[in-house]
Amino acid sequence: MIISEQKPIEEILESIKDCKKVVITGCSLCATTCKSGGEEEILKLKEILEEQGKEVLGYKVLDPACNYLKVRKDMKKLKSELKEADALISLSCGDGTQTVAKVVKVPVYPGTNTLFIGEIERVGKFEEACRACGDCQLAWTGGICPITKCPKSLINGPCGGAMDGKCEVNSDNDCAWVMIYEKLKEMDKLENLEEVKPPTDYQKWVHPSKVSIR
Amino acid sequence: MSLLREVLENGEFAITAEMAPPKGTDISHLRKCAQLMKGRVHGVNVTDFQSAVMRVTSLATCKILKEEGLEPVLQLTGRDRNRIATQGELLSAGVFGIENVLCLTGDHTVVGDHPQAKPVYDLDCIGILQAATTLMDGKDMAGNELNKAPEFYLGACVTPEYEPLEIQIIKMKKKIKAGARFFQTQGVFDIETMRKFRELTKDLDCKILAGIIPLKSAGMAKFMNKNVPGINVPDKLIERMKNAEDKKKEGIKIAAELIQQLKEENLCDGVHIMAIGAEENVPVILDEANLTPSYAANA
Repeated sequence: MIISEQKPIEEILESIKDCKKVVITGCSLCATTCKSGGEEEILKLKEILEEQGKEVLGYKVLDPACNYLKVRKDMKKLKSELKEADALISLSCGDGTQTVAKVVKVPVYPGTNTLFIGEIERVGKFEEACRACGDCQLAWTGGICPITKCPKSLINGPCGGAMDGKCEVNSDNDCAWVMIYEKLKEMDKLENLEEVKPPTDYQKWVHPSKVSIR
Repeated sequence: MSLLREVLENGEFAITAEMAPPKGTDISHLRKCAQLMKGRVHGVNVTDFQSAVMRVTSLATCKILKEEGLEPVLQLTGRDRNRIATQGELLSAGVFGIENVLCLTGDHTVVGDHPQAKPVYDLDCIGILQAATTLMDGKDMAGNELNKAPEFYLGACVTPEYEPLEIQIIKMKKKIKAGARFFQTQGVFDIETMRKFRELTKDLDCKILAGIIPLKSAGMAKFMNKNVPGINVPDKLIERMKNAEDKKKEGIKIAAELIQQLKEENLCDGVHIMAIGAEENVPVILDEANLTPSYAANA
């Protein structure tokens, strides 16, 4: 799941300060789940914009915002509104916002900040779990990702910075390597930690990436 | 061969002291401290943007200290340089004849004075050790030939007061595999910690320098216990500092006593003194501990 949060309303208003007629889009998947761009959030934003004297011509929860062909089809339903609008506010992840911007001619403004790929721990609680590094290491780390959960993305074990098992960067977080150690110990697989891992091949991190399975 | 290596391999009790590069271009204090260290230590260990705080580089400072007649130990972290810059730094050290290199992962940028900076960590401390070992073989990490190979004596860090300690030892073994020949410990205060650590590491092929931090006050001890990873000052030492009339003198006395006890019980192969801004105290601690390098004693 792509976790996003709504931008502060002041920032949204500042970005459309010269615009009068607005269209809002959201997303039925991730942004709905993390309450940054579902129907409820769109209607709330609509109300605020109208209080500020803006005219909201229409809105749509895209299903989903990151599917180019579907977005192109769905946006046709807002054709007349888009002709008149001078701004579109997108409440989806950065991917969805770019897809929408590709499809429409009206300037698109992001209404959210995209934060991370994460797990839904429980309703309303999300935790970053994957950095999309292109070279998954979970096989030998007890299913805990050191690339994501260690802020230094260390691959050979912990730095000396942890205190009481907590990370030096944020003491709310458990040290990834202490977690990996505990898990592997429990699994009787501590030997997984003995091999010296070569430096990460960052050629796999070169962006932007493209994949075709056609 | 580096003096530090010679001393450690000959079984002499090694003495190194930490020196921090200045923040700014005035190096007069650094030169003054260098003169105080002369003839008293086997090496001066120069921090690499310690605590992620921007200052003069370790390499430039090592070069100055070498000119002053001291044996430098270059600290090199993975925080600020990718593998191209790291290898370049190592080759530059080779050009200057700086052989001792202490390889570290480095404190994260968010704990330093430029928290907005992008942290690099292209190589962790093991990656830096591997890079240095590769350069010594006459090649770079990509396999390209060097016109001349540098010579290094490589070291790394270890924290004996770490929970769970087992994972520190596992990583220590990996550092040895990657080329580390000596280890410098985080500051230790409890002799029992070093007794346990010596026992756990007695079969490892490496030399160990125990980290010594002279206390300046009871408050400093409490602050470190709370905020510095791997530091554990026992209550009885805090009590001693609290009751002492001359705090500075007491801190020096405690450090010297620990050094003597470590040496007597053969719990380490040398000491690394981190005076943290009070480098002028290093010779006083060494006097109190009755330690003089043989090269100076015989001179």
